[in-house]
Amino acid sequence: MSLLDQIPVVIETGSAETEVDAQWHGNAEPVLHEVRHALARLVAKGETTKIDLKAMPFGPGDLERLLSVLGTGEVQASVDALGPTRVQETAIPGVWLVDYLNSEAHRLALHLEIATVPEILCPQPQDLDDAIAALDARLNPDKSDPPLAS
Amino acid sequence: MAARNPTDKTLGESLRERGVSRRGFLKFCAATASMMALPPSMAPAIAAALEQAKRPSVIWLSFQECTGCTESLTRSHAPTLEDLILDVISLDYHHTLQAAAGDAAEHAREQAMAANPGEYLVIVDGSIPGPDSNPGYSTVAGHSNYAMLMETVENAAAVIAVGTCATFGGLPGANPNPTGAMSVMDLVKDKPVINVSGCPPIPMVITGVIAHYLTFGRLPELDAYNRPMAFFGQSIHDRCYRRPFYDKGLFAKTFDDEGARLGWCLYELGCKGPTTYNACATMRWNDGTSWPVEAGHPCLGCSEPRFWDAGGFYNTVSVPTSASGVNVLAAGAAGAIVGGAVAALAKKQTKTAVAHRQPVTVEELEAKL
Ligand code: SF4
Ligand code: SF4
Repeated sequence: MSLLDQIPVVIETGSAETEVDAQWHGNAEPVLHEVRHALARLVAKGETTKIDLKAMPFGPGDLERLLSVLGTGEVQASVDALGPTRVQETAIPGVWLVDYLNSEAHRLALHLEIATVPEILCPQPQDLDDAIAALDARLNPDKSDPPLAS
Repeated sequence: MAARNPTDKTLGESLRERGVSRRGFLKFCAATASMMALPPSMAPAIAAALEQAKRPSVIWLSFQECTGCTESLTRSHAPTLEDLILDVISLDYHHTLQAAAGDAAEHAREQAMAANPGEYLVIVDGSIPGPDSNPGYSTVAGHSNYAMLMETVENAAAVIAVGTCATFGGLPGANPNPTGAMSVMDLVKDKPVINVSGCPPIPMVITGVIAHYLTFGRLPELDAYNRPMAFFGQSIHDRCYRRPFYDKGLFAKTFDDEGARLGWCLYELGCKGPTTYNACATMRWNDGTSWPVEAGHPCLGCSEPRFWDAGGFYNTVSVPTSASGVNVLAAGAAGAIVGGAVAALAKKQTKTAVAHRQPVTVEELEAKL
């Protein structure tokens, strides 16, 4: 143990490093421009866009830089299906950060969604098809099949 | 684990039986699209295709290997190994993961082969002492690796070679190759062989190939080395976040100099990124935490042929700066041909063996959006 103690250890602070990296790697900027184009398409044609942030060759600090530019907006939502999915509107209206986590809280995917409402928040069309039957079953429990889900 | 016939239930049905909602399924497909390097907008189309997919039987054979590839798969998070085994595939035989031993284990393999002729997938990790080698170099239940491989692939739909040993011979095949180790594609000529190279391979690439097979009803497009283009279509260098420094000529000269601290390019420290095709730069390792170049170490080139014999890990590769782009084009052109042949083979099999599922193309999936 005493020998180990003799090894000099210098602790470098993470925050300063992140600042340097964010400045140097510069890979957040192209994605921000992509978001800018996607917003223009949403406004002009109502077209939605999803950007897979996990697939970007981001260096240390790039994601932090991207998220700090986009900021935090007013709306937060959480979907509890196959583990939590956290939806956060950024400070840019119509630009959402959708963070898909599994039940062990490991990230499965991280998307930017440029849309009025993120897709994961919408009921699925097949579930909507079954919605009236599901409600009928609850209104008349004796006559119909049991509800699809509790 | 006992062999079983593939259930008639679709993947969507069995997931819902386990309480996974359609929203949850859509989320699973968002992660799957990310894993398969497809645009996230394809998640609903993938969900529609996977809803109808049946679970294929999978036989996993381990030969001359270190178990690193299975270790890598068990670190897979999207989908989790549990989901993969229980819902996406029917893993009927795997030395390391199965509970059965001895005769019961071998029966599981034989039953899976008999119950799913022409339909099951064979996954191989490890290289194989060739037909001219002493069969005693590596045996399982008294059978030589070569005999077991050839018997098992005879009625398989396709073979997925996992890891650099199974794809290119790897460490057992390194000079002087005392056991006469050969790769799967050296030995299997009459079935589609998909190579997922890497020492070990990225776990999500293993599961991604299976997810692709389930989604599209056929095998993915392959490069000149039979590797899926979706994961091996671009070099490490092409997607490396240190690339701007390479282009500016800013190189770390030692592992702890100022350049290394500032994240400069590791080319002069021996980085094999320019000649290595793999998905580390975008998929990263350990559940997306980091990857070797981000951790400050040059790429070793572990997913390429002759990885162990190709010279020192810290010797600078001598490639002109434009070479990686040329390689991409060459690999792409060859991949289109190989991929076409595989697609044709798979199409024929789809008619005979996988009749319950129609193959679809990316365009068809997109058209459904
Ligand atoms: S040589 Fe290596 S570290 Fe440098 S840009 Fe290419 S892959 Fe990245
Ligand atoms: S960075 Fe290179 S050596 Fe390391 S795992 Fe990826 S391909 Fe292999």
